[in-house]
Amino acid sequence: MLKRLRPLSLLAAVFSALSLASSGALAGWETNMTRGVTEISHEIYNLHMMMLYIVTVIGVLVFGVMFWAMFKFRKSKGAKPATWHENTRLEVLWTVIPLFILIGMAIPATMTLAKIYDTPDADVTVKIDGYQWRWQYTYLADSPDDEVSFFSALSTPRFEIRGEAEKSEWYLLDVDNPLVIPANTPVKFLITANDVIHSWWVPDFGIKKDAVPGIINESHTTVLETGTYRGMCAELCGRDHAYMPIVVEVVEPDEFEQWLAEQRGDTAAAGSETLNTAGQ
Amino acid sequence: MTAIPHDDHAHHGPAKGLWRWVVTTNHKDIGAMYLWLSFAMFLLGGAFAMVIRAELFQPGFSLVAPEFFNQMTTMHGLIMVFGAVMPAFVGLANYMIPLMIGAPDMALPRLNNLSFWILPFAFLILVSTLFMEGGGPNFGWTFYAPLSTTYGPPSTVFFILSMHIMGASSIMGAINIIVTIWNMRAPGMTWMKMPLFVWTWLITAFLLIMVMPVLAGLITMMLLDITAQTSFFNAAGGGSPLLFQHLFWFFGHPEVYIMILPAFGIISAIIPAFARKPLFGYASMVYATAAIAILSFFVWAHHMFTVGMPFAAQLFFMISTMIIAVPTGVKVFNWVATMIGGSMTFEVPMLFAIAFVVLFTIGGFSGLMLAIAPVDYQYHDTYFVVAHFHYVLVPGAVFSIMAGVYYWLPKWTGNMFHEGLAKVHFWMSFVGVNVAFFPQHFVGLAGMPRRIPDYPLQFANFNMISSMGAFLFGLSQLLFMFIVIKCVMGGKKAEAKPWEGAEGLEWDLPSPLPYHTFETPPEIK
Amino acid sequence: MSSSTHDKTPAYYVPESSRLPIAMAFTLFLLAWGGAGWLQQVAGIQENTSGVWIFSLGMILFAATLTIWFTKTSREHMAGLNSEQLQDSYRQCMKWFIVSEAMFFAAFFGGLFYVRFFELQWMAGEGAKAATGMLYEGFEYTWPLLVNPNPEAVPGPQEAMHWTIPLINTTLLITSSVTLTFAHHALRKEHRSGLKNWLLATIVLAVIFLGFQAYEYYEAYAHLGLTLDSGIYGSTFFILTGFHGIHVIMGTIILIALYFRVLKGHFTGPDHFGFEAGAWYWHFVDVIWVLLFFVVYIF
Ligand code: HEA
Ligand code: HEA
Ligand code: CUA
Ligand SMILES: [Cu+2]
Repeated sequence: MLKRLRPLSLLAAVFSALSLASSGALAGWETNMTRGVTEISHEIYNLHMMMLYIVTVIGVLVFGVMFWAMFKFRKSKGAKPATWHENTRLEVLWTVIPLFILIGMAIPATMTLAKIYDTPDADVTVKIDGYQWRWQYTYLADSPDDEVSFFSALSTPRFEIRGEAEKSEWYLLDVDNPLVIPANTPVKFLITANDVIHSWWVPDFGIKKDAVPGIINESHTTVLETGTYRGMCAELCGRDHAYMPIVVEVVEPDEFEQWLAEQRGDTAAAGSETLNTAGQ
Repeated sequence: MTAIPHDDHAHHGPAKGLWRWVVTTNHKDIGAMYLWLSFAMFLLGGAFAMVIRAELFQPGFSLVAPEFFNQMTTMHGLIMVFGAVMPAFVGLANYMIPLMIGAPDMALPRLNNLSFWILPFAFLILVSTLFMEGGGPNFGWTFYAPLSTTYGPPSTVFFILSMHIMGASSIMGAINIIVTIWNMRAPGMTWMKMPLFVWTWLITAFLLIMVMPVLAGLITMMLLDITAQTSFFNAAGGGSPLLFQHLFWFFGHPEVYIMILPAFGIISAIIPAFARKPLFGYASMVYATAAIAILSFFVWAHHMFTVGMPFAAQLFFMISTMIIAVPTGVKVFNWVATMIGGSMTFEVPMLFAIAFVVLFTIGGFSGLMLAIAPVDYQYHDTYFVVAHFHYVLVPGAVFSIMAGVYYWLPKWTGNMFHEGLAKVHFWMSFVGVNVAFFPQHFVGLAGMPRRIPDYPLQFANFNMISSMGAFLFGLSQLLFMFIVIKCVMGGKKAEAKPWEGAEGLEWDLPSPLPYHTFETPPEIK
Repeated sequence: MSSSTHDKTPAYYVPESSRLPIAMAFTLFLLAWGGAGWLQQVAGIQENTSGVWIFSLGMILFAATLTIWFTKTSREHMAGLNSEQLQDSYRQCMKWFIVSEAMFFAAFFGGLFYVRFFELQWMAGEGAKAATGMLYEGFEYTWPLLVNPNPEAVPGPQEAMHWTIPLINTTLLITSSVTLTFAHHALRKEHRSGLKNWLLATIVLAVIFLGFQAYEYYEAYAHLGLTLDSGIYGSTFFILTGFHGIHVIMGTIILIALYFRVLKGHFTGPDHFGFEAGAWYWHFVDVIWVLLFFVVYIF
């Protein structure tokens, strides 16, 4: 775990971190959203930064005026109270200007939203099932025999959780069987749950979709870079809600094909070795 | 108690001893009881929060088991929302509205006492669930089905029925407040002369009447799902867990405005008083409050952006939510404009009011960020949301209540509070609240989900800071308790109008207030 | 009555301290606490709770407190303590109470609307979340829903409820609204016998309605397999008609109480808030029924 202490006060840390954005994704002082590795996650990140800048500017202006008033119009400095208490022009102005600012925010937000809803034809479809407290991944295929299915559960050992051993780098973020998907390929997720509501979230993909029992939610992604990406269940789902992480290995497409073929050989084996340490 | 009271009933003082409080029909007694109950609940809910923050002080299984942690989170949310903030505002309404509009009491005094006395019983049931087999509610204050129905602990039934009577109390209280305002104003107290606290409460009471019954309907469906195997939230029988969320948030979003509109009213009384200048834009304040209330019925699904709604629905709820920034902005700008050109002093109520304006606005800004649907995919159910709503609720709602208490305490007790200690309380709270909740933005953005007792190492530093801030904030509330009790016991005598710039009928009355006020309506210029 | 004395009384009657509120709060506590224990037992979550006894005690005390409370207010009224303004407060209070009741029903209507026009469509593989259809092979959307999405887990009813009895019931309730209005007119004109008879007629119609409703429930359980646990159709059917039925029962009790007050000579042409409130409540219950009739039985 690298800890990069920045010699800055709390508030200043925000602003510095904003500019240093996604450097050191895992430093203990990380303060901002990840830029992620998909087109969507980049757009989300940009929207987030846009919002942050706009509200910061508005905040500085509004609070600036307020503090100026607080210093200028003090009784102790002999300020005499005025009696005016209305100004229609001003009031209209500060109703209309925010409205325009909001329109300015809504347009790019709508465009990104539309892009998220624009589903490409996917080459790979994975059905994701939330269980208390692990995930099941099923690679759908035309014939049921070709389907690959396995459970993915937390693999952080209990004694680390109990504090009987040094916590490892990926404490609470490691699973036994990660989800594997190809890079630069549209992948479709069909997300549902078996018992209670869970939520499948991988920040780097910009995907968070609730897994609702009895309903299937669709989502999709095209990951631009290979690597290992981690997330956590994001909807309270009972006792071990903190202990159902998500790990996705994004590999080159040919590597993926090879992996999938191997799995087809022994789905059953992969499925049975996933008894949840925390969940049982 | 005779069946037909004698004519001089109104000149009786209070009954003697503790019994007085049990049988009272006096709005000041009832208001005071609401406030004390709410403070007790604040300490209890705060104690639960301290357990949460202690567990999160460092990663790992340190203090409490996850089952218990979930109960703490749930009970903390429920107790703070329904036990601390709402009753505090109802208490202030009871105490102040009749005084502000020149009425002898609330419209229906016995109903008023009933509304109050239901609450201790309701919370008795709610808290007792913690000691039942299987523990108390552990499904979050939003109690989403099916976690709370099929998978809930046995005590869920007790939780539901306690919510039922609590809701009944809220509805009766709200009806009473509306009718009081509508019907009991002294002659000459026209609509547009009413203090803003009265206006905001009128609108809040309307929201309560509209949404508390929906909550009642919702928990009734839950009750049937649990006890009679109906299928409302069970997909196998054709029901839907999402129906639960739609109904919950139809209640839940107006509920959060129920917790902020009266705060706007209090702040709108305090800032002009200490700026010694009339409130800027009174009329637009009234319209903005109404606009916020109306809009609040059409934004509920912004809590559900990740449940997978159609594009058009996402867009609708995103935009309707964003629009709320306009009327809220009008309020903030009006407060600032009230200060400009004033002659300001910074006594404790004013300090809390100014902190409110700044910190609530910060909470509003993060709310606006949450409203952007595509970005909410990253924010939702993380500590960023926790930071958002604590900014609007703690330095928002709770600070406004404290500001109001400091503002009216001399009127209620006839004594001044200890100004120096109160300043210490303010600064400790101000620092504590920011140290506790600002870092939660960071861990949230960095990806820490909410409602977890344990977390990956990357979130450790800020969580420790946050916990320390929370402890500081919690400790300073004990100081608040001390200051209030000290003031009730005695102190420098307060004048009828202890704050030079204060406006309103309540300041024409002596401090402390006589038991009965405005038996004949006052003259309103 | 009140008009003759109310100049002398203070502008607004603020009652002395009263034991009624705490008694009422306590009975609600007993109802909630006992009710929860009892329901746990019914649901088989917990065995042998004493809930049913606590609940029953609560019910008795509740009824008693309520009776005393209303008797007391009506006595205060007869004693002329209620100024015009206070009566207006009562009237407004009743109106807002009815608004809150309407929102209570709105939750159930909203639920019905949601499952029919969103949820079940998705499950049948249509609309925005068509993929959901994957989970329910062969499920089709019909309303009334006889085959549930997962018929093994939740078997559906054999038959839907027919609309003939409800149609009769609709006529009964609409007629009762009319007779009650006649009674109200008679009261305004101080026709005591007309008032009595029309009020009685209303009560009779209400009781017949309840009889039919009970018969319908019997049919549903005995012959149609339409039960609370038969899936969403049964759930929405019973919650809407059930809560409406409870309201009719309460309304009938109110009407009967009004009848006895009429016999005692209460109410006058210009001054009859109790009657008016009861009548509003009754009309509200009728309006809900008409809505419900179309939504539950027809469409
Ligand atoms: C008092 C309570 C309160 C208040 C007032 C608000 C106010 C707002 N809230 Fe908040 N909210 C909560 C309490 C509150 N909220 C709670 C408790 C939750 C979580 C529930 C749970 O899940 O447990 C929540 C969650 C929540 C979510 C869901 C997040 C998620 O779960 O993913 C969203 C999303 O849209 C949201 C939005 C907003 C918005 C837009 C406002 C707006 O009203 C804010 C408007 C104010 C301003 C914008 C600042 C002042 C304005 C100006 C200075 C004008 C100029 C500004 C611009 C033009 C930018 N809130
Ligand atoms: C009005 C509402 C309100 C208020 C005032 C507060 C006040 C506080 N909240 Fe609140 N909180 C909610 C409403 C509120 N909260 C809601 C709705 C949720 C969501 C629940 C859910 O997810 O379902 C939540 C969730 C929530 C979480 C997230 C839990 C999780 O996701 O698992 C956290 C974590 O830090 C937290 C902390 C705090 C703290 C430190 C305070 C402090 O301000 C409290 C300070 C007060 C005191 C501490 C009491 C006084 C002192 C004593 C009793 C003496 C003891 C003191 C010491 C030992 C120092 N709250
Ligand atoms: Cu699964 Cu939280
Ligand atoms: Cu909201």
